[in-house]
Order: sequence, then structure tokens, then C-alpha cells
Amino acid sequence: MAGTRGDPVIRVAGLGKSYRTAAGLFPALKGVDLSIQPGEFVAIMGPSGSGKSTFMNLLGCLDTPSSGDYFLTGRNVAHLRNDELAILRNRTIGFVFQGFNLLPRMNLQDNVALPLVYAGSDRETRRARARTLLDRVGLAAYADSLPSRISGGQQQRVAIARALVNQPSLILADEPTGNLDSHTSEEIMALFGELNREGITIVLVTHENDIAAHAGRQVRFLDGRIVSDMATPAHGAAA
Amino acid sequence: MIGPMLGEAWRAMGANRMRTALTMLGMVIGVGAVVLMMAIGQGAQYAVAQTISSMGSNLFIVISGSSTISGARSGSGGGPTLNVADAEAIAELEGVTHVAPTHQGTRQLVYGANNWNATVIGTTPAYLDARAWSIVSGHAFGDSDVRSATRVALIGKTAAEALFGSEDPVGKTIRIQQSPFVIVGLLGAKGQNLDGRDQDDTIIVPLTTAQRKVFGTPFPGSVRVIMVQAAAPELMPQVEKSIVALLRQRHRIREEMENDFFIRNLAAAADSAAETTRVMSLLLGAIASVSLLVGGIGIMNIMLVSVTERTREIGIRMAIGARQKEILTQFLLEAIIISVAGCLIGLVLGVGGALLINALTDMVIVISGTSVVVAFGVAAGVGIFFGFYPARKAAKLDPIEALRYQ
Repeated sequence: MAGTRGDPVIRVAGLGKSYRTAAGLFPALKGVDLSIQPGEFVAIMGPSGSGKSTFMNLLGCLDTPSSGDYFLTGRNVAHLRNDELAILRNRTIGFVFQGFNLLPRMNLQDNVALPLVYAGSDRETRRARARTLLDRVGLAAYADSLPSRISGGQQQRVAIARALVNQPSLILADEPTGNLDSHTSEEIMALFGELNREGITIVLVTHENDIAAHAGRQVRFLDGRIVSDMATPAHGAAA
Repeated sequence: MIGPMLGEAWRAMGANRMRTALTMLGMVIGVGAVVLMMAIGQGAQYAVAQTISSMGSNLFIVISGSSTISGARSGSGGGPTLNVADAEAIAELEGVTHVAPTHQGTRQLVYGANNWNATVIGTTPAYLDARAWSIVSGHAFGDSDVRSATRVALIGKTAAEALFGSEDPVGKTIRIQQSPFVIVGLLGAKGQNLDGRDQDDTIIVPLTTAQRKVFGTPFPGSVRVIMVQAAAPELMPQVEKSIVALLRQRHRIREEMENDFFIRNLAAAADSAAETTRVMSLLLGAIASVSLLVGGIGIMNIMLVSVTERTREIGIRMAIGARQKEILTQFLLEAIIISVAGCLIGLVLGVGGALLINALTDMVIVISGTSVVVAFGVAAGVGIFFGFYPARKAAKLDPIEALRYQ
């Protein structure tokens, strides 16, 4: 699903989003411009209320902007209909959440294979892909277990496997280590680092500096605007 | 797509077994009630249809009546205004197949030490044809018996059992009003008529013999009742008009005078009885349908709870690429599975209940394929109808809100 070679994976121009509140129209995002090239590992940072979550929801095609344009792998997706956005979320984007968000009644293999169900893959493909990715994150032995039987760190690995199962152009991770202890966080970040070295584009939201240090580039939000966008100092030391 | 969705529906229902079972129970009771009530209703319709066909089809009864003597009107059957010649003239009318003048009353029958009161019908052999009444043993009497007023009789099943017990009545001699009659035939069983009277508690003798030996009419040849059978239902209005015209002419009734006879259309009475049971049957079905409706509302209720409980799951599914129609299908499928499974169990229980009633009581129960198919279709429809609103609610959730839901 990668766009034309040379296209950024993500390019947003003048991206704005306002919410209707009791106090009137609240601008959560006030005209953001940003490009992310294939293979980049970008950390989005900022305090709560800075607009970074709104920005992530727009990047993830979970919401549509009030103004501006969003080119995902070269295609303007700012004004697509719900079903087209769902297809993008299925094929082009892989999500990793803070709370893991595995379905509790499904075994790990079925959890990993779930995006393939919505992509319309057949049973055999689903099984094989899910096995491959569980193996990739080191949890093939637990394929038939329920999520409640494994640790938080392991659940997040399964969530990463699920995000990868449809070979997306982009992984969006929203505070992926927020519910994990520091040791496990390091393991998860190491996994993201490996994936990034294999060429996968990763955009990560975090408010922790040492987590952001794993990324090659840090973008800071404040009051709905980007206030800094720079390469991580001494990047490489962390990996 | 449907394959994995079925699996997921199964998993979702299995996660809340008790709740699923109770929701299903609503449908089970609804469908069971519909099937059972329809079986009872159709059984009643069947029973009435049997009774009606036992009366004989396309029948009129012409009743002598209302002769006015010195200003006093006698009422129907009050005066002997009809006679055998009238019957013979009616028999010549177009569209008339059988005509039987009859004279009947209740008399005591005596056989040895036994006695029994039964309806004695004096008539002609055409009576048996008009009423499609068979002889199961022995033979009918003929026109010659009517002409020579022989003392022969046909006996109905109930009267025969009362007098003879298990003995064969044919060939036995009984006494009616002191006159001996030889039983020549045993009539087939007909059961109750629409008024609930036992049609088999009867003895049939030649009209002439009845008039002379049993009833002792002062006017030989006059009769109270003439039974007329039309060839077909659609001929009945025309035959009725012809009978009226003929009898007015024969009785020399002037233009402005009332008829001195009455005509009762038994087919119309039968139709109204059939209509009554049809309405009763519909009513039973309607009452049972209410419980099906309540079952459907139960499904909707539980599906709404389920959608709320699974809001986060819906958000996750949307985030990884489920389209609205896929979320809709998933929840709709669950509702349909619950209603169809409930329907199948309900069918089994309904049919079982009907068979049980059939075995334990003498009520007539008819289970028709139509009622089963209708109940099944309605249940599936109820599942779709009541499952749609919650499923749509799930599909319309905002993925961001849904993901945030705790």
C-alpha cells in the first residue's frame, strides 16, 4: 500500500480541528504542517491539552479535520467517507494503544488475525499470517491462550503483532508504554526500534522523554500548534 | 466474512450463557404459544368442518308455517301447510337433486325389557341421499316401503347401543307406540350437529308408516318439513327463489299475503359456524403473537445492553478496520441467531404440547405446515426487526468515543 516512491507517508498542510463545546467552538488544532518520510520513527510530544491526541486521531483516520489537508501515502484523505476511512485503518495503518485493547474473549491468534477478517482474507491466510507475527513478537507458544493469561508487556507485543498483520505503511502508537513498568517499556521500545530498522514507519505519542529518545525525531505540540520539530539529540545511543 | 462472524456471535452469546438463554426463552414461549394456539384453532376449525359435512351439503329446510286462522298466526311449523305433493313438485325444479318430506318427533322405543327415547324421523329414501348418510349394516328401505307403509326402520348408532348393547340390531323387532318395526339397517355415525344434538340418537322409518303408526297425523299426506338439496352451492339462491315461487303458486297465495312456509338455508348456518371458529382461531393466534412480540422486545433490550457493554470492543474493531455495515451485521447476526434458535426450540415445544393435548384430551389438534413455516418466518423477522435498532446504534458509534469508553 506504499505510495509513489519519494512521497512522504504523511503530509499534513494547515490541518485544523475544532470541537463544539458548551463554551463555544474550541480549536484543538490550529493549522499544523508536517511531513513524515517512509522509514522515519517520530515521537509526538506535548502536555495534555496540547492537541497531540487530536492530531493522532486525525493521523489515524479515526476523525476528519475541520480544515486543511491530510495526504496519507500521497492520497488526500481529509474528506473521505466513513467506510473509506475504515478501509485505510485496516490496510494502511496499524494501531497500538496504551491499554493494549485486545478482545478479551478471543485467543491471541484470533486477536492478531482480526484485521484480516475485515480485509476479507480466507481462513488459511489468516491463520498463517497470525502465526508468523506471533512468532515475530516471540509469543507463538501462546497462540491459543486468552489475553488475560499473559502479562501486560506480552499483551502489548500481541497488539503490535495485530498492528502489523496487514502490512501497513504506518504504525501509530498512542502511549504504548503508559501502562507498563520501565523494564517492560524498554523491551517494547526495543521491539519498535527493530521494526523501524526493518523499514516500518512509526509515529509514537508519549510524554516521557526517555521513551521519546528511542525515536529519531521529536515533534512537540503546545496549544494546538507544533512548537519544535528536531532530530533526537545523540540518537543512536539509545538503540 | 459470515463464517468468522458466526464464530464471534457464538463466542459473544457463550460469554453470557444465562442472559442468552433467558432472552431465547422469550422467543421460545412466543413461538411455542403461536404454534400451540394455531394448532388448537385449526383443530376447532377442522372439527366444525367435520360437523358441517355431516349435515349434508347445499341443504334447505322448508318448514310449514304460519297459517292464519281467525287472525291468530300459528308461527313456524304451526300448521300443516306443506304436503307430499309439494315435495314432489319441488323435486321437478331445476337445480334440485334430492327432496325428502319429513315428519319427526321424539318417541319411546322398546326392545324386550329395554326402552329408550329417540328422535323418530319419518321420511323417504331421498333423505339418506340428501344428508349423505350411509348404511353400515343391513340395507335402506325403498320407495315401495313408503308406498305400502311397511313397518321397517333404520337405527342410528346411539339408539342402537342404548337398546341392543353390543348385539347386532339388524333383523330385530322393536316397538314404537305399540307398533312393531323390523330394523333393516344400521346407520353410519355422524356425531353432533351444530346445535350439539347427537344425530345418531335417531330412528328413520318410512314417512307413511310414521304418519299412520307413530305420529297419527289428522291430515295424511301433510308434512311439517321438506328437506331440499341443491346440486351446487352457487345454485342455492336460484333454487330458493324457485321454491318460493312454486309454493306460493301451489298454495294460491295472493300477491300481498305472507308465505305460509319458511325456508332455512343450512349452508348459510354452516358458513356462520365456520366463520365463528375461524375468528376464534385468529383471535388465539393474535393473543399468542403478543407473546412473540414481547419476546422480540426482550431481544432488543438485551442487544441494547450488549452494545453498551461492548462499546470499547466496537471501538477496537472500528480502529482496526471494521466498516459500519460489518459492525451492523455482527450484532444483527447475534439477534437473528437468538431468535431463530429460540424459534426452533419453541417449535419443538409447541408441537410437543399439541401432541400432548391430543393424547390427553379428546380435543382435535391440527398442526399444519403453514403454521410452522409462518411461526419460523415471523421469528426470523422479529430477530431482524428488533435486532436492527441496537445493531445500527453499534454501527453508528464514534470510534474515538468508543475507544475511550471504560
